[in-house]
Amino acid sequence: MGGPRVIIVGAGPAGVRAAATLVAAGITPTLVEEGRRDGGQIYRRQPEGFVRPYDRLYGSEAAKAAALHRTFEGLVGRIAYRPETLAWNLAEGALHVVSAGVAEALPFDALIVCSGATDRLMPVDGWNLPGTYSLGAAQIALKSQACAIGRRVVFLGTGPLLYLVASQYHKAGAQVAAVLDTAPAWLRLRALPQLLARPWVLARGLMLVAGLKRAGIPVETGVRPVAIVGTPDADVGGVTVEDARGRRRSYACDAVALGYHLRPETQLADLARCAFSFDPDSRQWLPEIDPDGRSSVRGVYLAGDGARVLGADGAEAAGELAALAALRDLGQAVAEPRMARLRQICARMDRFRRGLAAAFPWPAGQAASLTDDTIVCRCEAVTVGTLRGVARDMGAIELNRGKAFSRVGMGRCQGRYCGHAAAEIIAAASGLPIEAVGRLRGQAPVKPLPIATVRAST
Amino acid sequence: MPKPRFVRLDETGRAPVAFTIDGRAASALAGDTLLVALLVNGSHLRRSEFGDGLRAGFCMMGACQDCWVWTAAGDRLRACGIPVAEGMAILTEEPEATWAALA
Repeated sequence: MGGPRVIIVGAGPAGVRAAATLVAAGITPTLVEEGRRDGGQIYRRQPEGFVRPYDRLYGSEAAKAAALHRTFEGLVGRIAYRPETLAWNLAEGALHVVSAGVAEALPFDALIVCSGATDRLMPVDGWNLPGTYSLGAAQIALKSQACAIGRRVVFLGTGPLLYLVASQYHKAGAQVAAVLDTAPAWLRLRALPQLLARPWVLARGLMLVAGLKRAGIPVETGVRPVAIVGTPDADVGGVTVEDARGRRRSYACDAVALGYHLRPETQLADLARCAFSFDPDSRQWLPEIDPDGRSSVRGVYLAGDGARVLGADGAEAAGELAALAALRDLGQAVAEPRMARLRQICARMDRFRRGLAAAFPWPAGQAASLTDDTIVCRCEAVTVGTLRGVARDMGAIELNRGKAFSRVGMGRCQGRYCGHAAAEIIAAASGLPIEAVGRLRGQAPVKPLPIATVRAST
Repeated sequence: MPKPRFVRLDETGRAPVAFTIDGRAASALAGDTLLVALLVNGSHLRRSEFGDGLRAGFCMMGACQDCWVWTAAGDRLRACGIPVAEGMAILTEEPEATWAALA
C-alpha cells in the first residue's frame, strides 16, 4: 500500500489496457465498471451458460476479444475491481461511486476515464414507437442474448455500425428488411484518402456491404427518413423514406434499428471541469486531450471512445498510452519509444475517425425538416415544435436554456439521446451556427440513483 | 399470450426460469436479462408516463432508462441490466403511479 491511488472508470478495451499497464508498473489500480462483466460494449461477454464460441460472437475480431478477456482475467487479484458500480460524480479530487445502493467517495491521485460511447440519434417521426431500438441495442440483443429485436428488421441511419449489425443479423438467421443509409455513396469516395489509414478495416466494411447486397437485401444510400409508422399501443409497422431520387419508399417491418454512429460519454470529464472544444468533423463538442490523453485538468486522463470514437483497436492503444502518461506524471520512468508508437497508432486511428465522419456524416440537415409533432425527447415526449417554440419565441438559443424552458435534455436519459439533435434543432430554428448553441452541461448524478442510496459506513 | 417481440436465434438449451408478469405466469431462460425475459413473453415493458403509448426499451446498455419496470414491493428495476431470476414478480405499471394526470 501507500502507492499512488489510480482509478480507472470502465472495463472495456481502453480501461483493461490501462489497468494492465499500471499493474505492470507495480501499481494496484481501482477499476470501476458499471456492468456485470468486463469487455465493454464491443467485446461484451455473453452471460454464463451461453456457449457460442468466440469466432461466432466476434467474427474477424475474435482473437482481439479473446486477448482482451485473457488480459483482464490475468489482472484478477492484482487490481481493486469494482463491477456493478456506477461512477456518478466527481468532486474535490474524489470519484463518487455507488454499488448495490451504497455510495462511497474514492480519492485519487490520477483518474483515467474510459467511459465509452453510446449511439448518436437524430429523431424521426415515430421513433418513440415500441420496436424502435438504437443500433447498439440491436447488436447487444444479438451478441449478449442471442435474440433479434423483431421478426423483420429495418436498419436506418448511417455509419459503420449500420452495415455491421445488419450483416450480423443476416448471418445469425434474422430477416433484414432493408438497410437505409442517409449518407450518399459518393461521400465515401471523397473520404477515401482518410479511410485508407486503415485499409483492412475499409476492406472489411466494403465486404459487409457487398455481402448484404448479394443476399438480396435492399441497401439504399442517400435516403431521407420520413417516418417510422405504426401505432403507439401496438408496434412498429414499417419505415418510410425518400430515396436518393426523391421517391417515397416504404419497407414493412416490426422492428427498427436506428443510429448515426456514436457519441462519447463525456459526463465525468465534464464534472471534472475538463475543457471541451467543438470538433467540426463530427459536429460535436469533445473534451480536449493532448496526444497522450491528458485532459485540461491535472491528474485526469481520457481514453477510448469516451474521448474520441476510434473504435476498439484505438481504445486499446489510447488506454495504454493514457496509463503511461499517468505513470510519467506520477514520477515513474516510462519507455518513450512505446509512447511514441502508441501516439502514432492513435493518430492513424484519428485520421480514420475523420474519414468515417466525412463518409457517414451526422445528418444535421434533418433537424430543419422534422415535423413539429415529432418527439425529440423520448423520456418525456417533448416535441420538436415545443423546442422550436422556446428558441424562437422565448429567446432560448443556448442549449441549456432551451433545456430549462422545454425540458428537452432534462429527462431520465439526461440528454444522451436528444442532446445533439436538440442543438441542431435550435440552430436551425434560430439561424445560428451549431457551435454557438453550445452543449448540454453534464450533471451529477450522471445516471438516476435510487432515493434509498445510503453512504458507506467508514 | 401476447405476441412476443424478440426472437430467439440461438442459445435455447439453457435452463428455464419461471417468473410472473403482472401476475401472469411466464417462462424465460437462465442468463436472460429481465428485458429479454419480458420481451420474449410480450410486446412491451411499460407505458410512457407522458401519454405517447407503450415502450419496449431503446438502448439496452443502461443509458436511456426506458426499460424501467417494478417489483410488487415497489422497487424500480432497469430491466436491461439485470438477469431474470426464478420467482421474480414483475409489474409493467408502477405501483401507485401518480403521473397519469399530466398525460
